[in-house]
Amino acid sequence: MTTELTRLHAHHMAARLRAGELTSRELTEAHLDLAEAQDHGLHAWLTIDRDRALAEADAADVRLAAARGEGREALQALHPLLGIPVGLKDLVSVKGGQATAGSRILEGYLAPYDAHITERLRDVGAVILGKTNMDEFAMGSSTEHSAYGPTANPWGLDRVPGGSSGGSAAAVAAYHVPLSIGTDTGGSIRQPAALTGIVGLKPTYGRVSRYGIIAFASSLDQIGPFARDVRGAAALLHAVAGRDERDSTSSPEPVPDDLLTLAHSDDEAAGSLHGKRLGLPKEYFVAGMEPGVETRVREGVAALEAAGAIVEEVSLPHTEYGLATYYIVAPAEASANLARYDGIRYGPRLGEGADVLADYLTTRGQLFGPEVKRRIMLGTYALSAGYYDAYYLKAQKVRTLIKGDFDALWARGFDALVAPTSPTVAFRFGARLADPVSMYLSDACTLPVNMAGLPGISIPAGLSEGLPVGLQLIGAPWSELELFRLARGYEAITADADWRTLEPADLPALADPSTPTPAERMAAMSIVDR
Amino acid sequence: MATLSRDDVEHVAHLARLGLSDDELARLEGQLNHILEQYEILASVPTDHIAPTAQTIELENILRDDIAQPSMDAEAVLANAPAREGAFFVVPAILGERD
Repeated sequence: MTTELTRLHAHHMAARLRAGELTSRELTEAHLDLAEAQDHGLHAWLTIDRDRALAEADAADVRLAAARGEGREALQALHPLLGIPVGLKDLVSVKGGQATAGSRILEGYLAPYDAHITERLRDVGAVILGKTNMDEFAMGSSTEHSAYGPTANPWGLDRVPGGSSGGSAAAVAAYHVPLSIGTDTGGSIRQPAALTGIVGLKPTYGRVSRYGIIAFASSLDQIGPFARDVRGAAALLHAVAGRDERDSTSSPEPVPDDLLTLAHSDDEAAGSLHGKRLGLPKEYFVAGMEPGVETRVREGVAALEAAGAIVEEVSLPHTEYGLATYYIVAPAEASANLARYDGIRYGPRLGEGADVLADYLTTRGQLFGPEVKRRIMLGTYALSAGYYDAYYLKAQKVRTLIKGDFDALWARGFDALVAPTSPTVAFRFGARLADPVSMYLSDACTLPVNMAGLPGISIPAGLSEGLPVGLQLIGAPWSELELFRLARGYEAITADADWRTLEPADLPALADPSTPTPAERMAAMSIVDR
Repeated sequence: MATLSRDDVEHVAHLARLGLSDDELARLEGQLNHILEQYEILASVPTDHIAPTAQTIELENILRDDIAQPSMDAEAVLANAPAREGAFFVVPAILGERD
């Protein structure tokens, strides 16, 4: 019974809650029980807060009962997230709770305030189950760079879930929560969504306020939803999106109410594909792409065409410069953002206490992990005297060209672009740790979208070698609703596909308490992150 | 483009306030140079007449009215300090004697 509850989509849960067939407490307990019993082998969670979650569930049940008493209209006015468990990446501030960003340098830090999105989730009555694992400061594509140990992929426990929001993705894929929040700076929502077989959206830059989110690269970071279906992702985006004066980069662009209509609607025609004009960027079928991934993506494109979409090959000529541009801009911004971790105001302080400079060096040198140190070094170098023009300014100019490639296609009237999310399926632990550049290439198909500030969604498109493949849809600024409609259409036309009925292959292993933890697996393979 | 020497790596580490071991410095020298090689591709892109993009949405000069707003309680701010005394953060000597 309780296992069954966790298999439902968020909108099914919401319908049962409204109908009074289910309480949020029952639903929350079912998810807590599963997550607590089965996270040993997965390590999707850094904290699970049972008491707080159950208190929030009880509060949701009070609101649900009151609305049922008032009648149909009051029930319809409820947000679809009321009473639904969600997970938050451990860089989201929840007052009084930890927010480590996957780093030792924030060990013991307790957030003194709620993030904007935390307030919004409280307003709509979502239940916060806990905080999920991530690459340290969101720098990585595998979650192997977490200072608290890696997360496994429920489709293969010797493989990564992608990253940096790997914990949020794995938790949803393994049914610990129906929905979760991630952040995406270069692909950190879409790539793990692809590698774990779920839906993940990176909204337009400025769509969601970042107040209370630990920063990585401020001109690129965006917050977005994970879900097992498109409707759940739309409901979660609706809950958290919109202008907040505490984040001056959050946009006044109105949040479409039709996101809720889509989230509520059982009507598959809501996602009509007929006559939609989709561009297929040829540069995204990169060297190094696995043939099995390409096959699934091209089948997905053919299915869209068969449903009446007009697909046309297009060119984004500056795509090949995306990786270099990103790995200048993002580390440069990170080196500035991470200067605040000085061991004075929060976080542990190491050193002798005799000399402030020596203590900075010790605290930062000891408590940042290897990838974070690499990025701080790159960024500091790129911004340093004599190199600024050659690196940072040059990258910003190439960024203009990358954005211009996309703008030209929107001007030609394309509704969206369709592309692979990741060139490969989930890779094994350790496969890319020894060579940072090979890790960076994981995001070749996602990071140009961040450089241009655009929304992108990854949706499941079947399996290759038994592992999930993601199809990416990229839209013009503020076109999230359009992307969700297209994604909903794709979901509808592939509803009967065999792979839709499959659960992650290693769920049975997760049910076995003797399954090794991901950290034990890495240790057994003598894999060290350095 | 430039290649980083061991001295350069040490200099950048100092600028970044990262105390690194000899092993780390040696490893970073190789890794950073490998990453810098990836940047070389940008030199071939003509950008003389291209304006830089710092951010992608057209929002400028977002200001709020100059009215005092409540801020966080001092106790809440100090609660995370690794060392405090009364209403102050304790900081190691900044203007002290050094060897």
